Order: sequence, then C-alpha cells, then structure tokens
Amino acid sequence: MSITYLEAIREAQARALRENPNVYIYGQDIGAYGGAFKATKNLAKEFPGRVLDSPISEDAMVGSAIGASLEGMRPIVEMQFADFSANGFNQIVNHAGAYFYRSGVSLPITIRLPNGGNPGAGPFHSQSLESLYAHFPGLIIMTPATVDDAYNLLLEAIALDDPVLYCEHKYLYNRVKAERLPEEVSFSAGKALCRRPGKDLTLVTYAAALYDALAAATELEKEGIDIEVIDLRTVKPLDTPTILQSVARTGHLLAVSEGWPWGGINAEVIARVASKGFHLLDSPPERLNCRDTPIPFHPDLWLAHKPSAASIVKKVRQMLEW
Amino acid sequence: MLNTLREPESETIHLGFKELYLSAFKWMLLSRTVEDKVAALWHAGKIAGGCYLGKGQEAVSVAVGIMLRPGDIFAPLIRDQAGRLAFGEPLFDILRTYLGKKTGPMRGRDGNVHRGRPKERIYPMVSHLGAATSLITGALMARRMRGETGFVGATSIGDGGSSTGSFHEGLNLAAVERVPLVMTVTNNRYAYSTPNSRQFACHDLVDRAIGYGVEGYSMDGTDLKECLEIASHAVDRARSGFGVQMIVASCVRLSGHAEHDDGFYMDKALLDSPIGRDCLSVAQAHVVEQGWADEVMVREWRQQAKAQVEDTLQQVQREPAPDPAEEDWHSLASAHLIDPEYAE
Repeated sequence: MSITYLEAIREAQARALRENPNVYIYGQDIGAYGGAFKATKNLAKEFPGRVLDSPISEDAMVGSAIGASLEGMRPIVEMQFADFSANGFNQIVNHAGAYFYRSGVSLPITIRLPNGGNPGAGPFHSQSLESLYAHFPGLIIMTPATVDDAYNLLLEAIALDDPVLYCEHKYLYNRVKAERLPEEVSFSAGKALCRRPGKDLTLVTYAAALYDALAAATELEKEGIDIEVIDLRTVKPLDTPTILQSVARTGHLLAVSEGWPWGGINAEVIARVASKGFHLLDSPPERLNCRDTPIPFHPDLWLAHKPSAASIVKKVRQMLEW
Repeated sequence: MLNTLREPESETIHLGFKELYLSAFKWMLLSRTVEDKVAALWHAGKIAGGCYLGKGQEAVSVAVGIMLRPGDIFAPLIRDQAGRLAFGEPLFDILRTYLGKKTGPMRGRDGNVHRGRPKERIYPMVSHLGAATSLITGALMARRMRGETGFVGATSIGDGGSSTGSFHEGLNLAAVERVPLVMTVTNNRYAYSTPNSRQFACHDLVDRAIGYGVEGYSMDGTDLKECLEIASHAVDRARSGFGVQMIVASCVRLSGHAEHDDGFYMDKALLDSPIGRDCLSVAQAHVVEQGWADEVMVREWRQQAKAQVEDTLQQVQREPAPDPAEEDWHSLASAHLIDPEYAE
C-alpha cells in the first residue's frame, strides 16, 4: 500500500471537507470530472454542493473566494495550471493580499497552483510562480516536496486565516510516494527542514528541485563531498535561521530553484545569507535557476532549461574549487 | 438623520413612496454637502491624494442604497457617497478616510473612496474596476450554501469599468450562479476623459443584459422618482429569486474625474441635454411641485445637512493621524508567520 503526492492532496481536501462545513472547493472541471489532474476525484460525489465547477474565469474564481471568505467560508480555489493564475493575478495580489492590512479583516483562502514543469508541457503549462506571488505582501507561499508535506501543509493552508498560495509541483504528483499518510497532522508552515546533513556545502532548495539536489548529493558523495540539503517547504515566510545555521556548518551556499533567475527565491536566500551571514561564507554564494527564456516544449530542451542533478554537481565542483 | 449603521428594523423598509422619496432626497443633500466640503478641503490643500465626487449621480446611488436592508451586501464604487449613507455608512467614514485619520475605518492605510467596513458588509473598493463584482457574487454564493434566503447584494460600475475583464467575468459568474445581485451601470458618458465612443461599440449598455442572461433596465439617472421605482423593482426581483438585475442609468458626471481634473474635454451640449440635469435640483423641484415641502423647508434641510457635516468635521479634525512609529507594519493575520526579517 502506498500513497502518492497527488493522492495526499486529494485526501487533505477530503479531510478538510469532512471536518469543516465552511470548506468548499472551486475550480475548472473539478466536479464530476475530478480535476485536470484528478486532485478532486470523487469529491463532488462525496460532498454534494461543495466541490463546484467554475467558468473559465480565474479573476472571478479568486474574487468569489474572497467574497465567500468574508462570509466565513474557507474556500479552496484550484487553478487548473499555475500559469493560468496570471488571469487572476489582480484579485490575488491587490484584493486578497492587501485586504488584511487595509481593512483588518483576514481572508482564509487557499489557492492551489499546479506549479512547475513536466516534459512536453511547454511555455504555458510549466511555470513556477512562487517568486511572483512572494513579492507581494499579505500572502503565504507553500512549496511542498513530499507526501507528508503535501498533506500537512495543505491542511495548514486551509486552517490559516490568511490567503495561501499552495504551489503543488506537477512533476511530483505521481512520482513521489510514501507508505502512508502522516498519522498525526503537524503544522509547520515557515519551517525549513534539513533533508540530508552534510558538512561541505549547503544546497537550499524546494519542491521538485529537492530531488535533483538529493541526487546530486549522492553523486558528490562518491567524490568525498558531503552536501547538506535544506528543503524550504514554505518559501514565504522564509526560514532564515535554518539556512544560516546550515551555512555556519558548511561555509558554502548554493540555492537551487526551478523558477526564473531575476529576483526570486534564490536571490532572496542569497541576499539574506550575504547580509546576515557574510562572515560564515568561505566562497561567494551561488544560485542555479532555470534559463531566462519561456519554458520549452521539447523534453530535451526542457531538461536542459532547468537545473538538474548534473548541473548541480557541476556547479558544486566549481564552487569548492574556488 | 441617521449617522450610524442602521438597526435591523429599519424604518425605510416600511415607508410609503413620499416618505421614501424625501428620505432619499435628504441623503442626496447630505451626500452633496459632505462632498462639497471634501472638495473645498482638497482645494485648500488639506487632503493628500485624489478627491472623487459623485456629483450628478446621487439619485442613482441613493436609489439602490436605500433599498438595501441590514444583512444585504453593498460594494460601492467611487461615485456612491449617497448610496453609502443610505445603506448606513456613518458620515464620519468619508471625512476620516479623506483626512487619513487613524480613527477611520482604513486607519490611514487607504484613502478617499477606498474605504469600507467588511464586517458590516460594505466592501472597501480596490482601484481595479470591476473587481468587486465577483467578490459580491462569492459572498452571495456563500450565503446560499448556508441555506440563507432573502438577502441581496448590490454593486456599481461605470461605462468605463464595464469594459474590464473583471466586470465581465464577475457578471457572467453571477448570472451562471443566479445570485441575487443588483448591478448598477451608471453611464455618465466619460471614463476619466474617455467618451463612450472610445469605450464601447454597442448601441446601449443595457443591450448587454441579454448577452449575460440577466434582467436589464434603463433608467434616467437624473430623475430620482424613476431611479427609486426601478431600483425598488430590481432589488425586489433579486430578493425574490429572479437572479441578477442589471440597471443601466443615464446621466452626466457633473465634475471632472477627480478634483484635479476640470473636465475641459466634456461636451457642453451633453450638459445642456436632459441627461445633463443635476439630479439634486430635479429632485428638489419635484419635492416642491408635489407640495411635500416648500423652498423654506428645503433650505432648512440643507442647513441641517451643513451643520451635521460641520459638526462631524470639527470632531474629525481633532482626531489623531496615524503615527508611523506606532504603525503595525504587518500584512498577515497569522502573527506567528510574520517573517522576523520584516519585524525590524
């Protein structure tokens, strides 16, 4: 018996629907069809009237969730792909994100963004938008990489009183599995985790890139290089102390993200370490992002577009030779 | 005059038409009076930012606002001062917000018309037009999910705002969900400086109602009587389960877009046409003509409104401004998730 990352997302939603009558899910093709990725499979049947198909109107989907949350509901909005949330951008950042500071009233909304690339998905079904939303105040940005985190963080997102962008990585949906769901739900938003202890260099990463980082660490181990891998899990708020503690042990920092390079999570991680932990560094902090182009369609181009275990290995070697 | 949010058993629900008209007229007077004062303060340099008036649109706005009951939802737009007052927004709110007072509903964090009281179901608008349409729709869906009945939501847009994608998505969604929404589109001929001819190509905006599958009405926005009759009908229809009601009101904006704009581009012939009339003067003439009040009485009401505005302003001017050193610079309700990086 095993459970996938995608099933964990479905199970977390089923549990939230079961436990809280104010939870409902809203999105395109999520009712009888069960969602483009099947993250809401059978939920419409199980919870009549609470898993609702929306028109293709991302702006109105988010706007309606804001209105419903003002009436005490805890809506979950499923964007069919993170990329399409661009059409709901104004409601997310200007309406939802600004609401609490402006009016003192909080909006418990969870927006699920099927994020990140898959082979053959092309420029408009592959984007990683966590950095974009992290730029705006008033939003919490989650980026789970494991089954446990997918489950726990989604339940936490629904329980939180603020708008959460829950960035679920599509590449992990059916590739990441666990024996079972966590026995006890634990809330840990804002806390990074060390996924692999090491003493020679710190890799800070999140979501699907975590697995490239771990593969690179295994490869480098053969050369006697001992890599520490930190999984951010929540990119906003960013767990600066955990990153600094790791860099204090290793003296070297490489930030790895599938997102675009300009600005972004990697840039923020490096800025904080440079500012707060400059004295801890034995080499210039570095980053690996995807290339500064739209995300290509062909699987070979796609693989060469984003960071990989091989590119991480290469970069680490360069850094340690410095 | 009421100066606080109305209690559940509002008198206006039970008014006859004469009383309703007079009540609406007095809200219009108060609205015009307070906005004239705000404009004077702006021209005297006492107000930071913009100054947006509802001059010439009071009849449209008040007609909808006065039909709403406590528990209904109102998402006003920039030219809705009269409707805000009629729905129950305290007179204090406009003055405190324009003056950026810490005591106001936005506490100096937002200004002018970008104000509201979400808990009392007056939504604070964002500047992005049309964005409130789906908010109110979602709130109405939520009420229905909970099995509540008998409520309505109302919001407004202009000829310019009706061109946004957000407006279209929101209204389409409201129609699909068949929620009790009253959408007032006030065609005041100019979106900032842009005339209708550069804004839309259909013959009349009300023709869009059929495209959305909602009930549509045209009304003369300068005639309070017609506005009250149509708003009453539309709000009743929405409340009784007939779905979205779209009212398209015709009038002319009797000011620039904001007080920094003198409206030099406006077609003078429009102002001389029947829709260029000042709805407040038209309403006053109607009141006198019907024998509901004489000129002396109306002058007295005007004085009362002035006194109320002056009293409120005097109190508000003594109230504190927000203190940057004491400001809570956080944008999350989840205090444990505030990044210490920003706590400094």
